[in-house]
Amino acid sequence: MATTYDSAIKTVDAEKEDSAPIVFVKELQKSFGRHKVLNGISLSVNRGETLAVLGRSGTGKSVLLRIIIGLETPDSGSVCINGQDITGLSLDQMGDIRKKMGFLFQHAALYDSLTVAENIAFPLAHHRREMSRSERGDRVKQLLAEVGMGGDLGKMPSDISGGMQKRVGLARALALDPEILLLDEPTAGLDPISSGEIDDLVLKLQQERQMASIVVTHDLHSARSIANRLALLDKGNVVIEGKFEDLQQSDIPFVKEFLKQS
Amino acid sequence: MSNNESTTVAGMSPPLTKQRIGRVDTAVNSATKLINNFFEWFGNLGIFFWRVLRAAITPPYEWRELIRQLDEVGSRSFPLVFAAGAAIGVILSLEARYSLTRFGAKSMFPASLVYSVLQVMGPVITGLMVSGRVGAGIGAELASMKVTEQIDAIEASAINPYRILAATRIAACILMLPLLTLVADASGLLMGWLAQTLVEPLSFHQFIESGFKGAKLSSFLPQTFKTSVYGLIIGLIACYEGMSTRGGAEGVGRAATNSVVLASLFLILSDVVMVKLILVVFQ
Repeated sequence: MATTYDSAIKTVDAEKEDSAPIVFVKELQKSFGRHKVLNGISLSVNRGETLAVLGRSGTGKSVLLRIIIGLETPDSGSVCINGQDITGLSLDQMGDIRKKMGFLFQHAALYDSLTVAENIAFPLAHHRREMSRSERGDRVKQLLAEVGMGGDLGKMPSDISGGMQKRVGLARALALDPEILLLDEPTAGLDPISSGEIDDLVLKLQQERQMASIVVTHDLHSARSIANRLALLDKGNVVIEGKFEDLQQSDIPFVKEFLKQS
Repeated sequence: MSNNESTTVAGMSPPLTKQRIGRVDTAVNSATKLINNFFEWFGNLGIFFWRVLRAAITPPYEWRELIRQLDEVGSRSFPLVFAAGAAIGVILSLEARYSLTRFGAKSMFPASLVYSVLQVMGPVITGLMVSGRVGAGIGAELASMKVTEQIDAIEASAINPYRILAATRIAACILMLPLLTLVADASGLLMGWLAQTLVEPLSFHQFIESGFKGAKLSSFLPQTFKTSVYGLIIGLIACYEGMSTRGGAEGVGRAATNSVVLASLFLILSDVVMVKLILVVFQ
């Protein structure tokens, strides 16, 4: 029989769990040949929070995301997802972790031999085998409607614009109801209007789904509008981490230069 | 004069020796690098094969993708293999008739054609044709998926790319090669007989009866089923080259070329071993 004391402990534990970072990256190092890309980066993201990782091209932002989802292995350091260290897990062990993550690639990486609808149905067909074909179809329609592309089910990826491809990529990333959303340059290569639409969409999804999100971008305006926190990277290190106001008030020359140029 | 010459020669000698040493050094370095690359390629291929094998034998099984690949490798290679087999049948028929007539052994024609097609040319031609069509196709398709991050997207969706992409394609090659070999054999015999009968009428029944006279099933079955090994070689090399490619369009082209060239080379090399093995085991 559970006492009031027990339930109070459970509540405290649940609160602790909620406040614990869902993604925790500790002292990550990664080199490609002699080129050191990440030089001991540590970051964390809580449930319902969006962290924007900013920096110049080639500072290791995308590599950081690829390490978090296990597409690259770090030279040293660790990545914990929900408290579990995922560095060194096998491909099949990583599968269970990846089901909790959604990843939007920089160029959307849609399967070019499948239609828009088939692209989104692809992860569902593999991980929601209990779903009937019609249920899967309904879920695909719902996801496409969520990203504002309800009428483009039968189109091929080559027949839609870059912005639309990003939306479809986002719908595919959301297909398995992830707890963590990783976005690699969601607005890169898009016109300002499409960029704004993608930002609004990410913000809306974030508010509705309360995921932990990491957005890699070099677009300060986009980062400011969608993220709770920003981390600025330079030469494989986090130069500053905090709210946009913290960046504005910083005296670090690189931060000042970055804000000035953005 | 003589002293002067010897001084000059002696003076020039050290730089020449250094140059020669330099050249030898470069050649040794290049050879070492080549040998290293060769073993590295084999090592990586072995690791790749182990990952594919592990993915293939553990559930979930990708039956739908396997059926799609069986169609891609099998049905779509049918016309090409049929045509290649037919051409080989006609060529062998013309050559055999000429040679056998010359040596007064014209009655051996059906048996000669049957043995040439079924034991040697049918399997090898099928292997090379499939290596060209399917090997290049798999290599280019997977390489294109790799450079456009589609393979990463599959992995990020918690789906094992070794299972869905490589295992299904390799299994399709292993299963379809013997069947395609039977197609090449049948078209080769049919067209070989047709080429003969146009010159010197011979009933098909008589041709088959005389051709297979005294033949055992063990004379032809191992030759047909050895093509499964060709299938393994074609599928494995093409998948490995495709999935490990780097560098945009150039990488895709390189993967397609390497898939065909290496698969064809290893197919012929493996045939040397298998022919000897079959002779030892079955005769």
